[in-house]
Amino acid sequence: MNRALRLLTTGFGLIAAWWLLVIVTDAPPFMLPDPPRVFAVLVDRTWLILPHAGITAIEIVIGLSLGTILGGASALLLISAAPVRRWLLPVLVVSQALPVFALAPLLTLWFGYGLASKVAMATLIIFFPVTAAFYDGLRRVDPGWLDLARVMGGGRATILRQIRLPAALPAFGSGLRVATAVAPIGAVVGEWVGSSAGLGYLMLHANGRMQTDLMFAALLVLAVMALGLYAAVDAGARALTRWQPENGYA
Amino acid sequence: MDGLPSPGITVDAAGLSFDGRIVFDGLSFRLEGGCWTALLGPSGVGKSSLLRFIAGLPAAGGDIRGSVDAGDGMALTGRVAYMAQRDLLLPWLSVLDNVTLGHRLRGTPLGQQDRHRALHLLDQVGLADSADARPAALSGGMRQRAALARTLWENRPIVLMDEPFSALDALTRFRLQETAAGLLRDRTVFLVTHDPMEALRLADRILVLTGSPASLRETAAPPALPRPRDPGGEAMAARAAALMRDLAGTEGEAA
Repeated sequence: MNRALRLLTTGFGLIAAWWLLVIVTDAPPFMLPDPPRVFAVLVDRTWLILPHAGITAIEIVIGLSLGTILGGASALLLISAAPVRRWLLPVLVVSQALPVFALAPLLTLWFGYGLASKVAMATLIIFFPVTAAFYDGLRRVDPGWLDLARVMGGGRATILRQIRLPAALPAFGSGLRVATAVAPIGAVVGEWVGSSAGLGYLMLHANGRMQTDLMFAALLVLAVMALGLYAAVDAGARALTRWQPENGYA
Repeated sequence: MDGLPSPGITVDAAGLSFDGRIVFDGLSFRLEGGCWTALLGPSGVGKSSLLRFIAGLPAAGGDIRGSVDAGDGMALTGRVAYMAQRDLLLPWLSVLDNVTLGHRLRGTPLGQQDRHRALHLLDQVGLADSADARPAALSGGMRQRAALARTLWENRPIVLMDEPFSALDALTRFRLQETAAGLLRDRTVFLVTHDPMEALRLADRILVLTGSPASLRETAAPPALPRPRDPGGEAMAARAAALMRDLAGTEGEAA
């Protein structure tokens, strides 16, 4: 069974399970609307949902890009300079010990109700998995490769560029995949705390008016967006590490 | 090697310790220029650390001291090639790019002539058809041949080999020993090995490192036959057996 067919089967399976749950529990539509009702709302209110989805997508993509760049740069800084490592590592751990969700009201206060606070939230949530995975990859390079490179006359910068960086790409890809999976959480939580647009805002708004079907429609769009982004990042990560046998290129 | 002679190497007062435990101390010896010297010894006696010391690499987790000098008085830096037990091919590079890795690491551009030389070396080790393949597509023997081509590509007068054939099956090992002996004929080669027969086939001199703390001694010279020597003769078999008994005996003593 090819990948697309597997995905479709999983998607239909989940929808079927959802529908079955509605039938079995006989839940009222304001508690748990059935799939046809939600799809009808999705079609009827496409022009309401789409602009909000666009804003959330922009927040996620900018947050993911910034988080990846900052995380990548931090990992490179950590591996390159021992004094920086001694100071920065504890700061990174402390930054993760603080629940990012608790920071959302502060970020809204500092960056306002617009795009910036949600981007900051998404960036914060993405930054650590990228830094941790990439740094780990840079650190765990086969020592034999490093020995060989040193005997061949490679300097620190060249060894970083030619050996450590490519060797760490699979770990970087793993961090990026985790970051992509959690990126929508950052953006949506940011929207819940304070915003005037985005799918998180729309869901909160619909929830307040008991429009559960609209809330589910927005949730469905968010899920599709998150899956699409994950698939794109996964494809990009695989393209970066085509040399790995499990990526089908040898 | 651009016509430059292969210098000898003098190791003086080399000492190795791990967490205060002395593995060896005060070892002094000389590797003759243009000759193959094999170092035999049981596991954990510090053979690889000694080779790494000559290569200018730190002892993994240990403390090593002493001095290493080339016989011609010039620095060793940039005149050593290193071949390890594992092929250490970079999986993201093609075989050809792995062979010419030294160029990338030294930041020198790779010309058409260099490319031809690399292809010629790959041809010599029987990998001409695999130049564009990734290491993952090669067998263990082919990978180690690619590693040998990479060592030859460096074109260094001194070659340090740390059990380079030990992970291979007997037939592949036998063939690769022949290839290496032919292609590294005039270099100063220091070969660390566990295999007495490999030492007898390839080396001009055999050193044995045994005991705790370890001491170094030279065994009687291998049979006066051209390298690589045929392992089939009676004299070779008797010498290999004697070396093996010697090693087994000292290992028992150390235990």
